Amino acid sequence: MLLFIGLGLWDEKDISVKGLEEAKNCDILYAEFYTSKMGVDTKKLEKQLGKKIIVLDRENAEKGDKIINDAKNKKVGFLVAGDPMTATTHISLRIKAIEEGIKTKIIHGASIITASAGLLGLQIYKFGRIVSIARPYKDYFPLSPYDSIKSNMKMGLHTLLLLDTEDHMTANEGMQILLEMEKRKKEGIISEDTLIAVVARASSDDAVARAGYLKDLIKEDFGETPHSIVIPAKLHFMEAKALVTIANAPKEILREEGRLEG
Amino acid sequence: MGRKEENIKKAKDLRYKPERIRNIGVVAHIDHGKTTFSDNLLAGAGMISEELAGEQLVLDYDEQEQARGITINAAAASMVHEYEGKEYLINLIDTPGHVDFGGDVTRAMRAVDGAIVVVCAVEGVMPQTETVLRQALKERVKPVLLINKVDRLINELKLDPQEMQRRFVKIITEVNQLIKKMAPEQFKDKWLVRPEDGSVAFGSALHNWAISVPYMKRTGITFKDIYEYCKNNDQKTLAKKAPIHVVALDMVIRHLPNPKEAQKYRIPNIWRGDLDSEIGKAMVDCDPNGPLSLMVTKILIDPHAGEVTFGRVYSGTLREGQEVYIIGMPKPYRIQQVAVMVGDERIPVDEIPAGNIAAILGLRDAYAGATVTSRPDVEPFESIKHYSEPVVTVRVEAKKPSDLPKLVKVLRDISKADPSIQVEINQETGEYLMSGMGELHLEVTEYRIKNEHKVDIITSEPTVIYRETVKKKSPVFEGKSPNKHNYLYVEVEPLEESVVKALLEGQIPENVKKYKKEVAKKLEELGMPKEEAKGVFGIKGANLITDVTKGIQHLHEAKELLKQAFEEVCQAGPKAAEPLQGVKVRLVDAKLHEDAIHRGPAQLIPAMRNAIYGAMTLAEPILLEPIQKVFISVPAELLGNVTREITQRRGTILDIKNEEDMSIVLAKAPVAEMFGFASAIRSATGGRVLWSTENMGFEPLPDFLQEEVMKKIRQRKGLPPEPYPAEHYAG
Repeated sequence: MLLFIGLGLWDEKDISVKGLEEAKNCDILYAEFYTSKMGVDTKKLEKQLGKKIIVLDRENAEKGDKIINDAKNKKVGFLVAGDPMTATTHISLRIKAIEEGIKTKIIHGASIITASAGLLGLQIYKFGRIVSIARPYKDYFPLSPYDSIKSNMKMGLHTLLLLDTEDHMTANEGMQILLEMEKRKKEGIISEDTLIAVVARASSDDAVARAGYLKDLIKEDFGETPHSIVIPAKLHFMEAKALVTIANAPKEILREEGRLEG
Repeated sequence: MGRKEENIKKAKDLRYKPERIRNIGVVAHIDHGKTTFSDNLLAGAGMISEELAGEQLVLDYDEQEQARGITINAAAASMVHEYEGKEYLINLIDTPGHVDFGGDVTRAMRAVDGAIVVVCAVEGVMPQTETVLRQALKERVKPVLLINKVDRLINELKLDPQEMQRRFVKIITEVNQLIKKMAPEQFKDKWLVRPEDGSVAFGSALHNWAISVPYMKRTGITFKDIYEYCKNNDQKTLAKKAPIHVVALDMVIRHLPNPKEAQKYRIPNIWRGDLDSEIGKAMVDCDPNGPLSLMVTKILIDPHAGEVTFGRVYSGTLREGQEVYIIGMPKPYRIQQVAVMVGDERIPVDEIPAGNIAAILGLRDAYAGATVTSRPDVEPFESIKHYSEPVVTVRVEAKKPSDLPKLVKVLRDISKADPSIQVEINQETGEYLMSGMGELHLEVTEYRIKNEHKVDIITSEPTVIYRETVKKKSPVFEGKSPNKHNYLYVEVEPLEESVVKALLEGQIPENVKKYKKEVAKKLEELGMPKEEAKGVFGIKGANLITDVTKGIQHLHEAKELLKQAFEEVCQAGPKAAEPLQGVKVRLVDAKLHEDAIHRGPAQLIPAMRNAIYGAMTLAEPILLEPIQKVFISVPAELLGNVTREITQRRGTILDIKNEEDMSIVLAKAPVAEMFGFASAIRSATGGRVLWSTENMGFEPLPDFLQEEVMKKIRQRKGLPPEPYPAEHYAG
């Protein structure tokens, strides 16, 4: 039996009651944190679950052979940040397990995919394709996120940008990369005057939700990672209101609804 | 003012008159008298004392070089010569005579516009004469000919004047055949050497005299006179009447181009940037007022001054205190000193304008072949084409562990000064591996580390560098990314022979991104299918990767990573982790994840690596071994001993020529079997032998040795005894 257990957003307390109970009943617990940097302390989590946790690095989690082997005759829990099948690639592990005749189950957790919209007061119906911003590597500088942002904007849809978990990319670095993309593509999608929103440490006591112009936000310190960015497109009046009230966006956006269309 | 001081002053003035400058090199087969000749030029021009010339070997920097009697470093010297009432500045670059040091020759050729080809009258045109002449002509360097050691025809071989004439005609004809064969199209006729116009001289560098047809006409000296002087053992008088430096430098000034003329046709050949740009124009016109561009040809480590960088200024003016860029390095450098060279002496000057050869202090990160400019974004000179690659490696260790940091620095300095030495650190074992062009090349370098850099080292037995290739086409192989969300489909097959040859000769730029159209056109001409030629997105060594897929989303963005994986694989094949040669990788399909983060470097690089390795494993991978050409000249009665020595080493005799009572053997043999050849051939012939070698590329290792050699390499590298089967890469 293999259980994919979502740990939710921030610390050891974000796991659901169902997840907690199931985890306590497992024979073996694995975890991976490379798909997200959360503030969870493994020691505290172990104490709370009363069990040792084997933390896997990317290579071993992706290979998955240890998990599969153990799950053949034991109850194995695989603890994953956020919602286990969201923004991660664990589906290949689930398929492999099912092919091996192993029963599987998902226990959901909260995910940044919905939390970012929630914290900022944006409407989830109005989000377009989600994109990740990867850290440039030698001559590798992916520009496809730019195209996605562009097509979202054209349709009046917000874009959620997930930032590379490797070396914990900050929102400021993310904005820098966006400007670099604009420099290369020159299609007028991102500028210093683009309205942008940042979410940091969702579900923690000092969670941040900020909105403003890129030129201002790029200079702000949002504290520890994880950070995410949202590029709002056409705003519903309620969304604009929320950004101003909750996220300290400049008041003028209230008068500028629809400004970002096309 | 002494003559030398006076010359230095004149040299300084002549810097500013490009039409009065000649940048030349001297090239020759080993032992044909190149260095003696170079020194006599310098002595005659008052740059070193005349008595010492012929013995002093100013251009031979290294003590060991003098001891071995071969030239290792290319150093530079300037001299002043008067011709038809006008003074000229001649910048001479000495080039190494041993082909083991071929990289240096090519680099020196890039800095000069003309070359004096020295051929020994006794031995005639030798295979290395052909090699160095080819290197010169490829760089569009115009040749003139000096037939040397003429006195030996008279005094040792006792030839009569007619026999001598016949010998000269033979040498001239052979040289001209080579020029016709190898010169750029527009110069095939113009560049032929002709005694009657003075582009051929005859003489004896050792005895300091030479003669040419125009010089005979001018002075009334005849061939008969020369014959008499030599026969009567009075070459001293002859040297007074026809000093070699006058005859040779007259020839240089009359027949070799000045930088202004030469850069017009040479720049388009050696620089790929926009010729209509400001800097392009400045270079073609050799304009001292344009932006600076200089190509580094040599770096020497001076015990006092540190790194001295030598280079040819193609445009602009190099000044002390100036800020310059080395293309590829982020920060500018400040020039501490610029100097002209006289023998081993640097004469500091305030500036050096276009058309000259400069010695520079302050370019800390320069390397031979680097481009130096006043602007950060200039197109670099293409990397100089090397005609040979390293084929032998030794492991280097410091005798005292405390010397290790020093050794690291020394190895770095050495490979900077001589890029044909490659140094690599084995990350796992911490060993330093030093690779070079041959056993002798590494021995010489080892000697330098011990005696010049004063680091005591232990080196291992030399090992050969092999290549891996495939014999047939593989089936399509699927490579998966670790997260299993990306599949890449790859085929490998042997690369077309014609393409391999062109790549080895450096006819195709490695920077495919930049020269995409040019590369595709060239590959198609060489016989590659159009679809493949157009799809090439990576070239590494003599291997390439091509994309024959159509309309796959996000593939464009992923290609950079696929190329990196391909390049990695080219460094270390699946069979024995040796570099690849002659492998064509076809990307036939790809399935990629929507989001960039799930198809990043950590995913696509392993996927592609596995795909290529897997496909290669199914395409009959084999090892290739480096082969050397061996030239041996021995008394005819010893021929049997020589051929025995060659055939014992899996060698093949290609040709035997008999001249007088000497036999000249041309053979080829695997580098692996040639270790220790020096002492073996010496004892087989009682020391009565002249020989040299030249790398000639890679050939398949015989079947019966494939398994054994592979296992040895794998063991040495700490790999499992057997290569992985294809399933290992299917993941």
